[in-house]
Amino acid sequence: MTIEVKNLVKQFGSFKALDGVDLKVDSGELLALLGPSGSGKTTLLRIVAGLDWPDAGEVLINGEDALAQGARERHVGFVFQHYALFRHMSVFENVAFGLRVQPRAVRKDEATIRRRVKELLDLVQLDWLADRYPSQLSGGQRQRIALARALAIEPRILLLDEPFGALDAKVRKELRRWLRSLHHEINVTSIFVTHDQEEALEVANRVVVMDKGRIEQIGSPDDVYETPATAFVHGFIGESIELPVRVEGGVVRLGDRPLNLAADGLVSGASRLFVRRHDMLVGPPGSGAFEGAVRHVRNFGPVQRAEVALSGGETIEIDAPRGRELRAGDTIGLEPRRYRIFTG
Amino acid sequence: MTMQIADSVSLSSPEARARAHAAAARNNLRSEPRAVRIAIIALAMIFLTVFVVLPLALVFAEAFSKGILPYLSALAEPEALAAIKLTLLVAAISVSLNLVFGLVAAWAIAKFEFPGKTFLITLIDLPFSVSPVISGLVFVLLFGAQGYFGGWLRDHDIQILFAVPGIALATTFVTFPFVARALIPLMQEQGTQEEEAAISLGASGLQTFFRVTLPNIKWGVLYGVLLCNARAMGEFGAVSVVSGHIRGETNTMPLLVEILYDEYQFVAAFAIASLLAMLALITLIAKTILERQLDEGQDVNDH
Repeated sequence: MTIEVKNLVKQFGSFKALDGVDLKVDSGELLALLGPSGSGKTTLLRIVAGLDWPDAGEVLINGEDALAQGARERHVGFVFQHYALFRHMSVFENVAFGLRVQPRAVRKDEATIRRRVKELLDLVQLDWLADRYPSQLSGGQRQRIALARALAIEPRILLLDEPFGALDAKVRKELRRWLRSLHHEINVTSIFVTHDQEEALEVANRVVVMDKGRIEQIGSPDDVYETPATAFVHGFIGESIELPVRVEGGVVRLGDRPLNLAADGLVSGASRLFVRRHDMLVGPPGSGAFEGAVRHVRNFGPVQRAEVALSGGETIEIDAPRGRELRAGDTIGLEPRRYRIFTG
Repeated sequence: MTMQIADSVSLSSPEARARAHAAAARNNLRSEPRAVRIAIIALAMIFLTVFVVLPLALVFAEAFSKGILPYLSALAEPEALAAIKLTLLVAAISVSLNLVFGLVAAWAIAKFEFPGKTFLITLIDLPFSVSPVISGLVFVLLFGAQGYFGGWLRDHDIQILFAVPGIALATTFVTFPFVARALIPLMQEQGTQEEEAAISLGASGLQTFFRVTLPNIKWGVLYGVLLCNARAMGEFGAVSVVSGHIRGETNTMPLLVEILYDEYQFVAAFAIASLLAMLALITLIAKTILERQLDEGQDVNDH
C-alpha cells in the first residue's frame, strides 16, 4: 500500500500545525516522521488515520481518496503514545476488539477469532498475558498489546504515534529493535512519529524531518545525518557545534577573525557554521581554523568531551578521541574535518 | 512520620539525640499542642452530634415512640402508601430522564469542542444555583391556568400542574445536574483516545459508546444516579409549588411529612420521615462504596 499526501494544510486557531506538506510513502516502507514537539508530525499522522481533518490538501491511500472515508473505513492500524488500551477489557478482548466489531456479514466465528488473537499474541510474544488487564501490565507490554490490537484488523497501513515515548530508555531500545524485525516479518507500510533522532535513524528506512509544519528534509538515515539539507536539520540531528559567522567576499569570519575555510559559492551575509562535535580535529596552537583554551574535560568511554573557549569569544563542546589527553588550561588549535555553512 | 523516625532511633549517641530533637521540633511546627488538638476534635464532634446525629436519632425515636405497631400502621395508611408510590414513580421518571440527558450532555462536553460549550456547562449548574421554590414557580408560570401554555393545555385537556407530570418535571429540573456533574470530570480525564482507538479498529459510533465509553464510566453513572435519586425523593420546595397538595394524589413523601406534622400526627410524620432518613443512610453507604470503585478505576493508560 502506498500513501500520498499533497499540499496538506491544518490550522488550530492561529497555530499552523501543517503548512503545505507533500509526502509519498512507498509500499512496505518503514518511515519515521522526526521533529521537535509542535512540528506537526502527530497532526500529519492523525490526518492520515482519519482522526483529524485537514483544512486543505489531499490524502491518497493506495491511490484512492482517503479523505472521502472516515477513520472507520480506512482500515488503518493506529498505535497511540499512551497505548489507549480498553481498561475494562482483558488483553485477549483488547486484541479481539477489532474482530468483534466487524459487520455481521464478514465477522468471523468465535473459534477463528480465538485462533487469530492467539497468533497475534504469539507474534508480540505475550500469549501468557491473555487473561490480564491493562493495569496489570508494564509499559512495554502495554505497547506491544496495543500493536497486536492494531494488527488484528489486518490494516492496510500501520501508524504509530510516538510508540515508545512513554517508556524508559532500556525498554525503548529493546522495543525499537523488536519493531524493526516485526516490520521485516509482516512488511506492512508503516509510519511512525518520534522526536527521538536515535530512534528514527535506527528503526526507519527513510526519515522525514519536520519543523513548524513543514518538511525540512526527506532521506535515508545516512542522508539526513551526513548531508543535512537545512540549518535546522543539521542542528536537530546529531550533536552539532553552531557558530554565527559572516561571509564577505569569499572569506568566512567569526567576529573580526577570518577563518581559513573555503567559502566557494556562498552568498555574502550573516550565516551559520555547523560542525559535528567529533569532526573538530585537535592540533597544536595555530594549526587550524580556530584557536581556543580548554576549560574542562570529561571522559565518555572512547571520547573525551572538552569545553573550549574560542578566541572569538564563543564557547563550544568538542568530542576528541582518547589518544591525546586534553587538560584544562591547554591552548589548542581546531580544524573542522567537515563543516556546512547555511546562509541566514 | 517524623515521630516514628524519632522513636525508632536509639538515643545513645549525641548525633542520634540531635536528630531526634530536630525531628521533634519539626513535628511541633506542624501540629498544635495536645490540648488544642483535643479541643478542636471535641468541638467538631460536638457540632456533628448536635446538628447531624441527634436530629437523625430523634427522627427514629419519635417514629417508634408509641412502639412498632403504630409505626407500621402509620406507614400502611392509604395516604402514606399513595405518597410512597408517587415518590417512587416521580423518582423513577426524573432519574431516567436525567440519566439520558446527563449522559448526552456529559458526552458532548467531555468529548467534543464546540462553540457555546462554557455556556452549556454553566446552564447545567443552573438548577443548583436557583432556589427550588423559584424552579417550581417557573413551571407554574409556564403551565398554570394563567401561564404561557395554560390555555392551550386546557383546550387539549392536558393536566400538568397539580398532577404527576408537573411534579416529575419540577423534580427533573432540580436534579438535572447530578448525573452530568458526576460524569463530566470523569470523562474529561479519560480523554478520547480509547474512543479513537475503537473507531480506528472499525467500531461504529454506537459500538464505541456501548463497548468502550459506557463501561469506562459505569461507576460514575451509578454515582450520579444515586445522588440524583436521593435528591429526587427528598425534594420539597419545587414539588411543593407545583403539587397542589391533593391528599392521596399529589403528595410526595416530604410533602406528606409536613402535612402530618402540621396536623399533630407526630408518629405518622416521623414514620414517613424515617423512611427518607433510611434512604439517606443507604445512599451514604452506597456512595462510599462507589467512590472507592471510582478511585480504583483510574489511569490505566497514563503511566
